[in-house]
Amino acid sequence: MRLATVANEAYTAPLAVSELLGCKQCGGGRDHDEELGIRIPRPLGQGPSRFIPEKEILQVGSEDAQMHALFADSFAALGRLDNITLVMVFHPQYLESFLKTQHYLLQMDGPLPLHYRHYIGIMAAARHQCSYLVNLHVNDFLHVGGDPKWLNGLENAPQKLQNLGELNKVLAHRPWLITKEHIEGLLKAEEHSWSLAELVHAVVLLTHYHSLASFTFGCGISPEIHCDGGHTFRPPSVSNYCICDITNGNHSVDEMPVNSAENVSVSDSFFEVEALMEKMRQLQECRDEEEASQEEMASRFEIEKRESMFVFSSDDDEVTPARDVSRHFEDTSYGYKDFSRHGMHVPTFRVQDYCWEDHGYSLVNRLYPDVGQLIDEKFHIAYNLTYNTMAMHKDVDTSMLRRAIWNYIHCMFGIRYDDYDYGEINQLLDRSFKVYIKTVVCTPEKVTKRMYESFWRQFKHSEKVHVNLLLIEARMQAELLYALRAITRYMT
Amino acid sequence: MEKMSRVTTALGGSVLTGRTMHCHLDAPANAISVCRDAAQVVVAGRSIFKIYAIEEEQFVEKLNLRVGRKPSLNLSCADVVWHQMDENLLATAATNGVVVTWNLGRPSRNKQDQLFTEHKRTVNKVCFHPTEAHVLLSGSQDGFMKCFDLRRKDSVSTFSGQSESVRDVQFSVRDYFTFASTFENGNVQLWDIRRPDRCERMFTAHNGPVFCCDWHPEDRGWLATGGRDKMVKVWDMTTHRAKEMHCVQTIASVARVKWRPECRHHLATCSMMVDHNIYVWDVRRPFVPAAMFEEHRDVTTGIAWRHPHDPSFLLSGSKDSSLCQHLFRDASQPVERANPEGLCYGLFGDLAFAAKESLVAAESGRKPYTGDRRHPIFFKRKLDPAEPFAGLASSALSVFETEPGGGGMRWFVDTAERYALAGRPLAELCDHNAKVARELGRNQVAQTWTMLRIIYCSPGLVPTANLNHSVGKGGSCGLPLMNSFNLKDMAPGLGSEARLDRSKGDARSDTVLLDSSATLITNEDNEETEGSDVPADYLLGDVEGEEDELYLLDPEHAHPEEPECVLPQEAFPLRHEIVDTPPGPEHLQDKADSPHVSGSEADVASLAPVDSSFSLLSVSHALYDSRLPPDFFSVLVRDMLHFYAEQGDVQMAVSVLIILGERVRKDIDEQTQEHWYTSYIDLLQRFRLWNVSNEVVKLSTSRAVSCLNQASTTLHVNCSHCKRPMSSRGWVCDRCHRCASMCAVCHHVVKGLFVWCQGCSHGGHLQHIMKWLEGSSHCPAGCGHLCEYS
Repeated sequence: MRLATVANEAYTAPLAVSELLGCKQCGGGRDHDEELGIRIPRPLGQGPSRFIPEKEILQVGSEDAQMHALFADSFAALGRLDNITLVMVFHPQYLESFLKTQHYLLQMDGPLPLHYRHYIGIMAAARHQCSYLVNLHVNDFLHVGGDPKWLNGLENAPQKLQNLGELNKVLAHRPWLITKEHIEGLLKAEEHSWSLAELVHAVVLLTHYHSLASFTFGCGISPEIHCDGGHTFRPPSVSNYCICDITNGNHSVDEMPVNSAENVSVSDSFFEVEALMEKMRQLQECRDEEEASQEEMASRFEIEKRESMFVFSSDDDEVTPARDVSRHFEDTSYGYKDFSRHGMHVPTFRVQDYCWEDHGYSLVNRLYPDVGQLIDEKFHIAYNLTYNTMAMHKDVDTSMLRRAIWNYIHCMFGIRYDDYDYGEINQLLDRSFKVYIKTVVCTPEKVTKRMYESFWRQFKHSEKVHVNLLLIEARMQAELLYALRAITRYMT
Repeated sequence: MEKMSRVTTALGGSVLTGRTMHCHLDAPANAISVCRDAAQVVVAGRSIFKIYAIEEEQFVEKLNLRVGRKPSLNLSCADVVWHQMDENLLATAATNGVVVTWNLGRPSRNKQDQLFTEHKRTVNKVCFHPTEAHVLLSGSQDGFMKCFDLRRKDSVSTFSGQSESVRDVQFSVRDYFTFASTFENGNVQLWDIRRPDRCERMFTAHNGPVFCCDWHPEDRGWLATGGRDKMVKVWDMTTHRAKEMHCVQTIASVARVKWRPECRHHLATCSMMVDHNIYVWDVRRPFVPAAMFEEHRDVTTGIAWRHPHDPSFLLSGSKDSSLCQHLFRDASQPVERANPEGLCYGLFGDLAFAAKESLVAAESGRKPYTGDRRHPIFFKRKLDPAEPFAGLASSALSVFETEPGGGGMRWFVDTAERYALAGRPLAELCDHNAKVARELGRNQVAQTWTMLRIIYCSPGLVPTANLNHSVGKGGSCGLPLMNSFNLKDMAPGLGSEARLDRSKGDARSDTVLLDSSATLITNEDNEETEGSDVPADYLLGDVEGEEDELYLLDPEHAHPEEPECVLPQEAFPLRHEIVDTPPGPEHLQDKADSPHVSGSEADVASLAPVDSSFSLLSVSHALYDSRLPPDFFSVLVRDMLHFYAEQGDVQMAVSVLIILGERVRKDIDEQTQEHWYTSYIDLLQRFRLWNVSNEVVKLSTSRAVSCLNQASTTLHVNCSHCKRPMSSRGWVCDRCHRCASMCAVCHHVVKGLFVWCQGCSHGGHLQHIMKWLEGSSHCPAGCGHLCEYS
């Protein structure tokens, strides 16, 4: 009897220690035993985003009628008002389409069973080590009756889902490598084979969650309060300091250095905006005069494509994922690999030969009715969204800038627009912006608050969120184009 | 106009000849265009730009226009067009937004003439004016259309599509100043070339991008448009508002549309995705294409009729890098392969049947059969001689009605409602269902249930039946040896069943031998003997006895012609085999000829004797040696199920399948089971037996079936406050922003099953209310009402 008590004490002691030192964000903490009594969780982050000060974000309760309806929709569909919604509501028009699509993909009629859909979401988010999305969907997955065993790793899921792992990997990091053999492998696996409709559903889900992971990191979405890392039981006096904050550079509380940095560079960044607008004006005016030769145009694309590989943040060190989501991937080493870094030559994807509007849409709509329409709308809204403002300026035609961002992302994936002068990208996007885009799109898990703050310093947060919307939609379209082209090739 | 006609007459002299042929190109084609002499075709694509001469037997490469050392994007063509007035003039639209004109008359190797770099984005389409030599029109992704005069260096006028991408531009053939343009947002605009400030007319033609349009070569103001929504529409532009005249639904998005020359209602289409064929449609027959060309292995990207006055030659270019000439006479005609017969049941057993007229006429000699009981009604559609396929598709429609009194399917509904399928031991289920079937006068079915019970449940009481007696009886009737053996075998087993109706057999044998008109009387006898429970122990008798009951309960079946037909399907007919068999074949023939259809299985059984004799055999074995495992019978049970399904009584097959579950499932292949389930569910739903059908879905073990009630589970509800439909969510009203249904117990919104008291209208989650009412009889809302939950 006595022995047992001693043993108990021996166990509880290290628990308490880890409680003090551990951090929820990196999974250092442990679950709490009943004996410790009921403890009230406190939100850990400062508002829905780590990058955007809480006061900048719309407060629930102060929204207008349209936003309120959106919140109600979102809450009704998901049973929660997640931080993604709270950040996206900067752009209600887009949010509406986004929620509609997501709701349809996850809850409405479709070829895949509900728990498969959430599991695919988990698989996709785990590729980018996005614990935020993984946690959300683990809950949903269990809620719709998914088998908890599957969560122990992909190898515990049915063979059919395991087969999808390869496509998930390639799609997330090197979509240009997808061939019709990948598709054939999935469709012809005897009793584990996918049907075309299921595959299209899965592909749409994968691309949706890859890009949503980009958004989550790109905007520094804070964990939900009910998820791991979203709350703390520590008394407020204890510092929130944690090792994982350092490695990620996400100093969620200490805003002092940031503020001072802003103060210093206020005049600089003011000129940045002016310079950018001046460049846009110039490009607009003298487009016809300095007509570049064909070779010039072609080489500009190649240059941009090549250069996009080197615009990586200097701290390129691998952050090994210490979270439990790592069980979902098979090999972490398989990350984004640049086009020609290893002498690998990939033929350029000509958008004029296979584009979303003409080809992708028809294929998706044929195999997964209505979704093509929803995604099409979402792309359109994201691409055409504008308030004609730039930082402090009003009535600006930003279409050129938006197109540059969109095409730059597609350029990173090797997708070329014949009718675009890639020289414009160099004029309009400065290096820190390129670094941010590149990181968000290709290796979102490495985005830091510093990166977020160092581009477009004078711009509003809503505009930075707008940029993120462009990034995720362009990325989704790029992945979809490669996947759908492979499916088309398989079918012909 | 004059010019035009002169040109065509000049060409009309030569007669086109050729055959269906194709040639390989070096690269995928994006567009093709034909020279006005109908002897040359130009093919353009991302990395190809060549002119081919169309010869009798083959295509011959005549000229490669892609010259120069370095490939230029100016040569990456999205579209190409050949001037219909000038053989030397071509124009291409490049993917990088450049419009290029080519003059074949230039002496140098490079035929490039002029370069217009005014568009900012890809140019999707170029179009020459049909009669004016120097006017070229282009439509681009940047949302602008530009009109060029080839004698000048830049555009004459620019038409703005309000930043919507232009997918196609076409000059009207008849109206000198008019052109049509189609847009990515589904709109079609009509412009006057002299007025670049605003369009003459705009309307929404399609849902999603309109990829192509084509003016009718003869009918002024007819415009065909094709869109991503898989439709081809023909518009009449002469009226005040553009009027949709025809609509053809294709199976894939429409990339090109071209009116067929000399055929007023024909047009050719090809698709942008998935579908590789070229179709020629008669717009008045929008469901089946008039002709189909299946040569290409990848999507067709360009089509052109070879000569503006010859309807039989079609040229096409494709992504599979080939150029084809199709001859109309070689086209496949889907109509020939179509099956112009149709058959459909009405809810009350009526049958409509449409067939080729010739077929129906040939069979008219047999009509007398159909005349007496069921009434066929013939319809004939009035044919319009001008319509296409008149000879092929004219058909006669016949409708057969079931006799009103014959009330057909009542038994089905009753059976479905009263059968017990689960929740009790097998024996009880079988007994219950046997009882139901007997009460409905379906004795064979009842017997089957009883047999199933015997086979699959332990025999229970086995009374020592009178072996000698039965043998003696059998012998006295002169049964063949085989039968008497059977009788012997089964004697100990039939047990309680047999005892009940022992005496009936006697009466029965008389009945059959006499005449069916005597049935009623004998039947009454039967009832009496049954009640008195005299140990007459005639074993086989019970079956026939029940057969008689059938007539009693179901008088409409007592047609003089029918007893012979019904008899054989009884489970124990052996004793009367000799008597029954002779009239059988004759009658069978009658049945086969008369086209009546009825759900009542009594009409249909012609195979019964064989089958039931098998089952008899099996029963006897089982009971003789009760150690035999039930598996022993699975083959027979399987045959039995198949037999019922074949007969049209899928209800029986499914019910047995559900009740026996694992015992038989493995013997019947998945697909058959699924087929049975789906047909039974379909039937149930037609009779609006939703509960039963859902129960069947739930009990089914086939995955495809059990997921049926997982799909389309949307339930539309109205808000309890403002009475408006709650469109987006079932529990939050968009208008009054209130949650409509709160649970009185947990005060949360009820999203699933909501149960409420009809007295006080409070309610909530089903589970919560149930739990609450276990402990308290007062309303959980505290209103003081004494709620009842039943």
